[in-house]
Order: sequence, then structure tokens, then C-alpha cells
Amino acid sequence: MSDVISASGVTKRFGRTRALDGLDLRVQAGEVHGFLGPNGAGKSTMIRVLLGLLRADSGTVRLLGGDPWQDAVELHRRLAYVPGDVTLWPGLSGGEVIDLLGRLRGGLDQARKKELIERFDLDPRKKGRAYSKGNRQKVALVAALASDVELLLLDEPTSGLDPLMEAVFTDCVAEARERGRTVLLSSHILAEVEKLCDRVSIVRAGRTVETGTLAELRHLTRTSITAELAAPPGGLRDAPGVHGLRADGDRVTFEVDDDRLGDALSRLAACGVRSLTSRPPTLEELFLRHYRDQGAGPANPDARPAGGGIRPVDREARTASGDAR
Amino acid sequence: MTGTGSLVRLALRRDRLVLPLWVLVTAMLPIVQTTGIAELYPTEQGLRRFAASFGANPAMEALLGPIQHWNAAAMGVWRAAFIPVVLALASLLTVIRHTRVEEETGRRELLGSAVVGRNAGLTAALTVTVAANLAVGLIIVATFAGRGYALAGALATGLGYAVVGTVFAAVGAVAAQLTESASGARAIAASVLGGTYLLRMAGDSTGAAWLSWLSPIAWAQQMRPFAGEVWWPALLAAVAAAALSGVAYALTGRRDVAAGVLPPGLGPAQAAPGFGSLWALAWRLHRGTLLGWSAGLAVFGAVVGGAAQDAAGAMAGNAQLREMMARLGGESNISDSFLATVVGVFGIAVSGYAVQAALRARGEETLGRAEPLLSGAVSRTRWMASHLVFALLGPVVVLAVLGLAIGAAYGAGSGDLAGQLPRVTGAALAQLPAVWSLAALAAALFGLLPRLAGLTWAALAMFLLLGQVGALLGLPAAALDLSPFSHLLKLPGGEVTATPLLVLTAIAAALLAIGLHGFRRRDTG
Ligand SMILES: Nc1ncnc2c1ncn2[C@@H]1O[C@H](COP(=O)(O)OP(=O)(O)OP(=O)(O)O)[C@@H](O)[C@H]1O
Ligand SMILES: [Mg+2]
Repeated sequence: MSDVISASGVTKRFGRTRALDGLDLRVQAGEVHGFLGPNGAGKSTMIRVLLGLLRADSGTVRLLGGDPWQDAVELHRRLAYVPGDVTLWPGLSGGEVIDLLGRLRGGLDQARKKELIERFDLDPRKKGRAYSKGNRQKVALVAALASDVELLLLDEPTSGLDPLMEAVFTDCVAEARERGRTVLLSSHILAEVEKLCDRVSIVRAGRTVETGTLAELRHLTRTSITAELAAPPGGLRDAPGVHGLRADGDRVTFEVDDDRLGDALSRLAACGVRSLTSRPPTLEELFLRHYRDQGAGPANPDARPAGGGIRPVDREARTASGDAR
Repeated sequence: MTGTGSLVRLALRRDRLVLPLWVLVTAMLPIVQTTGIAELYPTEQGLRRFAASFGANPAMEALLGPIQHWNAAAMGVWRAAFIPVVLALASLLTVIRHTRVEEETGRRELLGSAVVGRNAGLTAALTVTVAANLAVGLIIVATFAGRGYALAGALATGLGYAVVGTVFAAVGAVAAQLTESASGARAIAASVLGGTYLLRMAGDSTGAAWLSWLSPIAWAQQMRPFAGEVWWPALLAAVAAAALSGVAYALTGRRDVAAGVLPPGLGPAQAAPGFGSLWALAWRLHRGTLLGWSAGLAVFGAVVGGAAQDAAGAMAGNAQLREMMARLGGESNISDSFLATVVGVFGIAVSGYAVQAALRARGEETLGRAEPLLSGAVSRTRWMASHLVFALLGPVVVLAVLGLAIGAAYGAGSGDLAGQLPRVTGAALAQLPAVWSLAALAAALFGLLPRLAGLTWAALAMFLLLGQVGALLGLPAAALDLSPFSHLLKLPGGEVTATPLLVLTAIAAALLAIGLHGFRRRDTG
């Protein structure tokens, strides 16, 4: 079995809030998996379920072949975790915290620790609150990256890091992958995701709405078109797959689902095209759409190509396997 | 100062339960004590007898201060002499809670970026606390005057309480500026309180009255309520409070938000070889408090032991007193009953230490410091146990130190070191079952209902109250029996029976098991 993490139909409520509402997640051995979604989508909650800090209400979760709740201690020898907001003990120096966390995980590569401290430009002698936000983050990062573990669970690990340090982090994760580590990386920094992630899962409101490689995600997307027309773009307005149409005199800009591109272009042609630019969406546009657009995901099946590269999450299978606990 | 008003409202909202509780309790106890004594001893002769049997000896004077007049109100206020200490403690904790705790948790920074002046936090904390102390004073005046006691005495009592509380609110304000951690600030402020109490004890028991004048905690009693009032100590206190607040403001102005005045300094670049387990971490986190308590109780113990020795000496030289004591049940009793009272008081204080140590686990959890550890190869039981060890064994150490110190001072003075040392140490250690029950209650709440874990403090306060005034109020035995402290033995001197101690220990063990089990099953964070 090459799945390091496999979770399906995970639910978790906090009182009235449904933090996780049937979330699915599959992370394969050796990959860097991006875990994305808007604020409050449930990413941190899911990571804390994976760590056995929270107990899922229902659904099945397997981590490194074990049950994250039952086998927590055994599993934690094989993974390292970096939270997005690291708090340190006021009386302990950063170096002490790094060593302590490493020893509690069952070992730290001293040579690599030294190297990482240098690369991250961290002063390990400072104590607790004497560290800035970014430097606190580095303490946890060094402890995790220097640990000899199979799986890294990183929850917005670069929050507060400056761009230089972010680049160091990107290198370190790439090296970790080369060494065969598996990484689950929750992040809001798209450049980081684009550089590092083999596959991504996008969650919204506690559910997985997309999962696949970035290429697959791009495939399933819209093209931005700007055109100058001879006649008003009447026929475009109610054309299927066209979004955000704006007409400004004889100029129109709109986005169109890739599978409706041909249809939209022929309607454009009917209005007499004087000039036309089209470009693929930036990653940012892609994610903004997934984060915002209610139409994305399985709720709107006609938005995806028949037999397209990306597999929508199989909701039938999930309901069947739910409540396994 | 902008924003002070909204911060005051915020503080009042956050303290809407705790603040009225301590205000009411500290304000009501003097009148409760007074009416209780007035009912039990309606004549002056009765009052004198009560004073002679209970208070007119150097040991009791060391503990509560001198009795100033033979009337019920003066003696009621004297009997309640611990309450200003409680008020002082509540005041300094309240100020630290709304200043340093806010900074430590980062909430201050959030507010600081809104339209809030840099002194607003301190001003709001002081305003709330001083207002609470004034409320205590007003309630005292109203209750005494309402019962027909002399207005001047009522005013002196109320004013005395209010100024003592205010001085220690200012002490809390200064301490909150010094360290980065709230626990450090609490330790500093509480040590100052302990130190001033010691000063008063030393002054009142050795006859070096100037020593007690140095102690703010004594200024309430120096106002001589119902015993020919003296007003200027209130002025002295007001000046001291103003000066201390000035220091606090000056310090706030000089330091950064969330930083302390005492610099944190640098630590080692890597951990010592032994620093690799939860136990080692727990030791680092708990050792300061443990050593502080041990040192403090060693000093208190030596003073108390000396005072008990003085009491015994006074008895030896006073045939009349000896005769009366003999009628009350034997000569050794006066020292013994004094020591038993002291040991009982410290049993409750050490319970506070135990509860604090047990709740440290909750503090670590809410500050997000448990998560990085629990995501290591560490079982939850072990992590929780690493804190509970200090809640359970810490009190053993601290009470043993107290017992040894009292026993050594008392025994050395009376020439019976070999006899008194084990006797008094045993008496101190016999408090443990009650101390453990409270630590275990904290653990049970932490495991099952973590949000309510702080209620352990309310339970401790309730037990303290039951012991202080439960009998005076004529509460039924079943209510009094709720308090674990009511089941402890009167030692040294009393009868030794193991059963109540064993039952208490068993209850504590059951609560601990519940807590550990609950924590294994619940969400963390
Ligand atoms: N301990 C808790 N108690 C109550 N509600 C919680 C708790 N933890 C999380 N939630 C709620 O669960 C939802 C998911 O939160 P979560 O922290 O998992 O989001 P996230 O995807 O990590 O967001 P972000 O990108 O902001 O970090 C939110 O609505 C949050 O308010
Ligand atoms: Mg999060």
C-alpha cells in the first residue's frame, strides 16, 4: 500500500460548527501533497485529527498504516509536525526546544540540525518570547526537518518567514522529498505550492472539492479572453460556460470554461472580432475560483469535462464507507 | 490613556464571576466573625476569657496580630486578620491577570494595535481593582454600621481593608512590569506579600513594633478599628500605593509590549544531554515554584516555631496563665494548639500550590505548548502525569520543609529537638490527604471538563470559607463535611486515627484515575 495518509468521510464538529464535513484525503508515499482551502475550511482541524490530537466523529483515517488515535505514540516516532503558530516556553532557549522535540520524537540528526540552524540563520540561544514570530517558526521547522522521520505534517509552516527564508524552506522540502519523505503541506502561499507540490487537495467548508496534480487542475479550468468586437456581444451573454462578462464599448472581457471555448469563440466570431487575446488562468485565479466559486466541485458536475484528467471526489463511495468508527 | 474605558468594561466582563466573589467574601467575613463572637460571648468577661484562652499569647499574636480591645467588634476584626491577606492576594492577582497575562497571551498586542493608549491596560487593571477594594470597604462600613456598631470603627475597618488591597494592587502592577511571564510576576508579588506578612509576624511577636510598621499588611490593624481609631496609617498606605503605581507607570513607559524589565538573557545553544524527556521539561517548568515555596515555608516555619517557643516561655513565667491553661487541658496544649492552627492554615495554602501545579497542565494546553509535545512519541498519560507529579509530590516536599523548620526552631528552643522534629513534621505531612484531594479534583476536571478546570479554585475558596465561618454560621455538619480539611486530624497534640486520612487519599486516587482516563479520551487544544 503506497498511501501514507488515507482518510475518507471524516467528520468533526465543535458544538454547532461542522469543522470537517466528510473530508477525503489521500497522500501517496514520497509525494509533497498540498493541502489548500480558504480560512476556516478545516485544514488545521484535519491535520490535528491526523496527529491524534482530535478524535474524528466519523469516517476512517489511516496514517502510516496505523490508526492516528489508537496508535498515536508509535506513529509519532515516524512523523514530525510544524504548526502555523509556534509557542515556545519562556524559560527555554530555541536550541533546547529543538533538541527536546527531536528527542521526544526519537532522534535528531545533529549534523543536519547544525546545518539547518545555519541555513535558516537562527540564533538558538535566545529564549521564548525573545524570538520574533518568524524565528519561532524556524525553531519548529529546524526541529522537524532535522528529525529522522518518514512523514512531515506542515500546517502553514512558513507563516511569518521572510522571502529569503521561504526560499530556504522550499529547498529543504525539496531535499526532503529527494530523500523519500512524504510531506503534507497546508499553505496559503501559492508560489510555494506551485514549486513544491506534486498533488494538491482543495477543501472548502470541511469537504474536499478537488484533488489532483496541478496540471490536472489547470486542465479543468477557464481561459480569460479579451476581445475587440465590431458588433455588441449579444449572443455571448447567455452562452453556457461563460463567466464574468464585461462589455466596455466595443471591448469585452470574460472567462470561459475550457470545454466551452470552441462554442464561445464561434459566437465571438459572429460579432466580428477585430483583436483577441487569450491566456490561461494564473494559479491565483485558479485557486480564487475554487475558494470562492460555489459552482466548483462535485456540486456542479457539468462544470467538468467528461472523462477529464482530474477525478472528482467520489461521494457515493464516501457515504458507503462513512461511520466506520 | 485612550481606550481605558473600554478596557475597564472588558475586564469587568471577563471577571464578572470571580470579582464579585472575592469582593463579597472578603467584605462579609469581618461582620460574620464579629456577630459570631458577639453571640458566643455576650459579656466582656466572656470575651476576655476567649481572648486569654485563644489569643493572648505571643504565638497567636504572631499569627493574627495583637488583640486591641475587649469588645466583640475589635475581636471579630482581629479574628479575621487573615482576610486582608486574602484581599491583598486577590488584588495583586487581578492586576496581573489584566496586565501581564494579557501581554503573555498576545491579546494585549491585538488590543494595542486598536486605539488604546500604552498605559490604558495598566490604568484599567488598577481602576477595576481599586474600585473593587473600595466596594469591599463600603460593604464593611455598611454592614457594621447597619448592625449598630460604632461608625468610626466601621469606617476604620473598611478603610483599612481598602487601602491594604490597594497597596497590593500596586505591588501587582509593579511585578507585572518586571518579568515576561505571568507566573514570574505572580511569584514576585506573592513573595512581597509573604515577606510583609513575615515582617508583621516578627514585629508583633518580638515586640519590635517598628518592624510591623514597615509592613503594609499591618496597616489595617494599625488603624485600631473599634479600639480608639488612628487614621493616618490610611494616608501612609495611600502614599505607598501612589508611589508604587508611579513606579509601575514609569516601568511601562520604558519597556516594550510583552517584554519584561528584567531581561530574559541568553540560554544554551543546545540542550544538556539529560534534557530529553517530559520529566526533565516538567522539572524545568515547575522547579521555580517548588523552590520558592520551599524557601518561603522554611522561613515561615522558623518564625512560627520560634513564636511557639515564645508562647511556651511566656506560659512558664506566668503562673495564672498556666493554671488556666491546665484547666483547659494541659500545659503543652497552648503551643500544640497554636502549631495545629498554623499547620492547618499552611495546609490550605499548600493546597493552593498543588492546585496551581495541577492546573499548569491546562495552562500549557491552552497556550498551545502541549501540542508540539503530544505530537511527539509521547503518551497523553505521561504528559499529564509529568505535571501531576509536581501537584502530588511537590506538596510533600513543601510540607516536609515546613514541618522540619517549625520542629527545628521549636524543638531547639525547648530543648526537645529529637522529640519535636518528627512530631511537628508528621503533623505537617498529615495535611497531605486534603491537599491531594484538591490536586486530584483539578486533575479530574482537567480530564473531563477542561474548560471548568479553574473551578478548582472556587472549590478551594469554598472549603476555606467553610472552615473559617461554617461553624459560626451554624451550617449543618453535612455542609462542613464537604471540605476535605474538616476531616484532617488536629495535630500535633490531637488523636491519631488513620481512617479519615485513608478515605481522603482513596478519594484523591479515584479522582486522579478519572482525570487521567478522561484526558486519554478527549480532544486536546
Ligand atoms: N477547538 C475548536 N473549537 C471550536 N471551533 C473550532 C475549533 N477548532 C476549529 N474550529 C472551527 O472549525 C473550522 C475549521 O477550522 P480550521 O482551523 O481547521 O481551519 P483552517 O482551514 O485551518 O483555516 P486557516 O486557513 O485559517 O488556518 C473553523 O470554523 C473553526 O472556527
Ligand atoms: Mg489553519
